[in-house]
Amino acid sequence: MLRKSNREVLSKLSELGNEIYAEIERGEFPRIRIPSRTTSNIVFDEELGQFVLGDQRSLRSAANIKQIRSLTQLLWVASFAKRLVLEGKSSTLRDLYYHSLNYGIKFREQTESDDTVTDLETLLGEPREGFNIFPKERSAIFGDLEIEYTTPETHKGRRVNLGSNPDGVMVGLSVAQADFLSCKADKVFVIEKNAVFRRFIEERVYDKFNAILIDTAGQAPRLARLLIRRLNQELGLPVYLLTDADPWGMHIAMVIIRGSANAAHLRDLTTVRAKWVGLWATDIKRFNLPSFPLTKLDEERIRLLEEDMRYRDFEWQSELQEFKKTRRRAELEAFSAHGLTAIVDKYLPKKLKMIEEN
Amino acid sequence: MSREKFQSISAADFFYRNREIAGFDNPVRATYTIIRELVENALDACEQYSIPPDVRTKLIGEGNSIYRIRVEDNGIGVPYDQVPYAFGQILFGSKYMLRQSRGIFGLGGKMAVLYGQITAHSSVKVLSSTGGFEKYFYELNINVQENKPIVRRKEVTPNPGRWRGTIIEFSFEGDYVRAKPKVVEYFRQTSILLPYANILFIDPDGTLYRFDKITDEMPKPAETVKPHPYGVDLEIVHRMINATRSSTMVDFLVNNFHRVGAATAINFLKEAKISQNANPRTLDSKELLRLVNKMKEFDGFQPPDAQCLSPIGEELLKKGIIREFRPEYVAVTQRGASAYAGYPFIVEAAIAYGGDIPITPQDEMLVFRFANKIPLLYDLHSDVTMKVIKKINWQRYRLDLGSMPLAFFVHICATKVPYKTVGKEYIADRPEVEYEIEWALKTCARDIRAHLAKKEKADIVQRRLSVFERYLPMIANFSTELAGNGKPPDYEKVLRRVQAHAKEVEQRSLVEAE
Repeated sequence: MLRKSNREVLSKLSELGNEIYAEIERGEFPRIRIPSRTTSNIVFDEELGQFVLGDQRSLRSAANIKQIRSLTQLLWVASFAKRLVLEGKSSTLRDLYYHSLNYGIKFREQTESDDTVTDLETLLGEPREGFNIFPKERSAIFGDLEIEYTTPETHKGRRVNLGSNPDGVMVGLSVAQADFLSCKADKVFVIEKNAVFRRFIEERVYDKFNAILIDTAGQAPRLARLLIRRLNQELGLPVYLLTDADPWGMHIAMVIIRGSANAAHLRDLTTVRAKWVGLWATDIKRFNLPSFPLTKLDEERIRLLEEDMRYRDFEWQSELQEFKKTRRRAELEAFSAHGLTAIVDKYLPKKLKMIEEN
Repeated sequence: MSREKFQSISAADFFYRNREIAGFDNPVRATYTIIRELVENALDACEQYSIPPDVRTKLIGEGNSIYRIRVEDNGIGVPYDQVPYAFGQILFGSKYMLRQSRGIFGLGGKMAVLYGQITAHSSVKVLSSTGGFEKYFYELNINVQENKPIVRRKEVTPNPGRWRGTIIEFSFEGDYVRAKPKVVEYFRQTSILLPYANILFIDPDGTLYRFDKITDEMPKPAETVKPHPYGVDLEIVHRMINATRSSTMVDFLVNNFHRVGAATAINFLKEAKISQNANPRTLDSKELLRLVNKMKEFDGFQPPDAQCLSPIGEELLKKGIIREFRPEYVAVTQRGASAYAGYPFIVEAAIAYGGDIPITPQDEMLVFRFANKIPLLYDLHSDVTMKVIKKINWQRYRLDLGSMPLAFFVHICATKVPYKTVGKEYIADRPEVEYEIEWALKTCARDIRAHLAKKEKADIVQRRLSVFERYLPMIANFSTELAGNGKPPDYEKVLRRVQAHAKEVEQRSLVEAE
C-alpha cells in the first residue's frame, strides 16, 4: 500500500513542479492552494467516521511578501521528498530540519519545518510516511505473522516471523511496509502499555487467544495505526484495544478507531471496526479494581470529550457519564491485585464475550 | 553735569574693576572673549553694510603667556577722526537707537583693548580705511581714569589700491592651550551661521582653520529703529528728554519712539494724564515716573516690527548646516516676528538628521545655540533652548534623542537678546521666547518625522524587492527539480513585475509626502 502510494506521491510531486514551472514561465506569480487546517475547517465525516478537512483553502502565493517564504519552504520540502522517494531513503522530521540549513531555507525552528511537512501532506493528501519521512518509532509488535521486507533495498526479500523476538519487533517503516506472507493468528490485541504487553507475552496470550500483540506505548504513532489498519483490512483480523480506565486511555482507543483532529488532512489511518474492550469506567466496579480519584485535569478532559463528535455513540457517552459519576480511574496493572494472571485468565475472556454478545 | 562726569570717569574704571562680568575673569576665558569680541566687531562692520565678510584672525604666542592678536576685516572701515574714540574710549558711539547687532555698544572690543593694556602693557595698533585715497594708522592707549584715548602715534598713508577695512592688533596675557577647544568651536559654529563669510584663523601652533563661503547671498541688514515704549526705563527716557529738540510731549513721543504716531501719542498722554503740549524738559520727576510706568501698562501701542532684525533665513541656515555636517536631511523653519518687553525678536531653528552627525547619548545631545549670529558655547543646560528640548515629547514625532543622529540649531535674533548674564552665554526663559523656540522646534520635528516616514517606506519597498530577489530563484530551482526539467524557468519576467510595482509604490509615497 505504501509502495503504491510512493508512485502516486512521485506523480503528484512532479505535477506540482510542472504547475509552478509553467506559472513562472508565463510571468505569473506562482501560487498554491492548500486545504486549510484551521479548526473551523475540520469537520466530522459521517461516512468515513473520522475528521476530515472542509472546503476552505489557504493560499501560498509568491506575490504576497508574507507567503513567498512559506511557499519556498513548501517547495523545498517537496523537492526533498522527491529525492527521498527516488533514492529509496528515509528521513525524520529532525533530520529534515537539519537538511534545510544546507539549502539556505530558513526555518526559525523545527516546529516550522514540521508544519511545512504537514502542509505537504495536506497538499498531496498523503501521510509523510508516503514520502519517507517518519517520526521516532516506539511501538512494537509480537505474534505469529510471517512478513517479507520490501524496504530498504538491503533487506528486500528477507523474511521474518514477528514471533521470533520475545521483546517484540519495533514497528518501523520496514515492518509497516512489509508484505504479509502468512498469519496463524485470528485477532489483534492493541495494548497501551509496555508492561502489560510484556505480561501478555510471558503469559502466552498470543497462544492462548491466538492473537497478534501490539504495544502502542501511549498514543499510537502513525506507523502503528497504519499497521493496525492493514492487519484489519488486508488480513481481516478483528482488532481489540486495551487501555487504562481514564479519559486519556479511552482517547488512545478512539484515535485508533476514528483518527485525530491533527490528522484530519489524512485518510487511511483509521480502523473503524476496531473494538475498545477496556478498561471501561464500568469495569472498575465490575471487576472490583483498585482505583484512584480523578484529577482536575482528568475531569476537564472528560468535559471536552463529551462534546467531541467522535464520542457521541451511546456506549462512549455512558462510559464518560460513569467517569463523572464515580470520579475514579484505574490502570491496566490494577489486575495484579487479583494475581499475576487475572487479567489474562478472568478479564479478557469475559470482556471478549461481552463484546461478541453486543 | 556732575552726573555725566561721574559716568565718564567710571566707565573704563568700572569695567577695569569688574572685568569678570564681561568675560575676562581668567586668562583662559579672556583669550576666548578677546577673540570673540574682535571677530564679532569685524563681522558687524561688514554685514551691516551688506559686504560679504572676509575676516582673518591670527594669534601669535610671544612667550610668558603673552599673545598678540591681529584681526583683519574688509568692512566699512572707521572714519579717520573717529578711530581714537572707536577703540580708545569706553561707551563711545552709544546712541539710543536699536537694531540687531552682535554687540550693542561695541563695548566688548574696547574691553579687549583695555585688558591688553592692563595685562601686557600693550597699546593697540589700528589700520583702517573707508576705501578712499588714504589709509590711516593709529597707536592708542586708554586713559583709564579719564576714559579718554591717548594717541601714541598716527600716520596717514596713500591707499592706491582703494583698500577698505580695519586691522586691529594688540597683545594680552592669555592661555590659548586651554582656551583652544572653545576658540576653535567658536569659529566652527560661527561659520555654520555665516555660509556667506570667509573666515580664517591661524592659531599659535600654526594651524590654519579656514571656512570658505559657499554662497554670495546675504540676509538683509538690520535697519535702525527707535526704541519701543515697552522697552525703555526711567534712565533711558530721562536721557532721551535731555537730548530731544521736540518742544511738546506729542512730538517727543512721535519723534523718539518706534511705531508711535500722533493719534497713539495723544491717547497715551490722556491715559498718563500728561498734557499733550507740555515741554518734555519741564516734566517733574513724579510726572516722569508716571510716564514711564504708563508706557509699560498702555495697551494701545502697535507691537514692534521686525525691520530692525536680520535673521539668517531658512535657505542660508540650511546651507551652513549642510556644509558642516553633510546631513541626510535638514528641517529648517523661521518663525514670524514676536516681541518681549517691547523688543522685537525672531526665532529660527533647524534639526538635522544623519550624515556626519554622530549618535550621542541623550545627555550629550548636539545643541547649537546662536543669538544675533553669535554662537553660545557656555551653560547649555541653563539655556531656554535646553529647557524647551527637555519639555517636548519627542516620541510624538517618532524621534529618539538617545539613538538617532540628530543635531538641533536655534537662532534668536533680537534688538536686545534676553541674556541672563552680561557674559552673553545663555538666554533667559522669557515665556514669549520659550513659546517661539518650542514651536520652531516642533515644526522642524514634524518635517523630520515626515522625512523619516518617507525613507522608511522606501526602505520597505527595497526590502520587499530583496525578498523577491532571494526567493524567486529558489522557487524556480525547486519547481525545476520537482518537474524533472533540465533548466530552470526564466523568472526575470516575474521579478520585473515586482520591480515595476516597487517603483509605483515609491512614486505614490513621494506624491503623498508632497
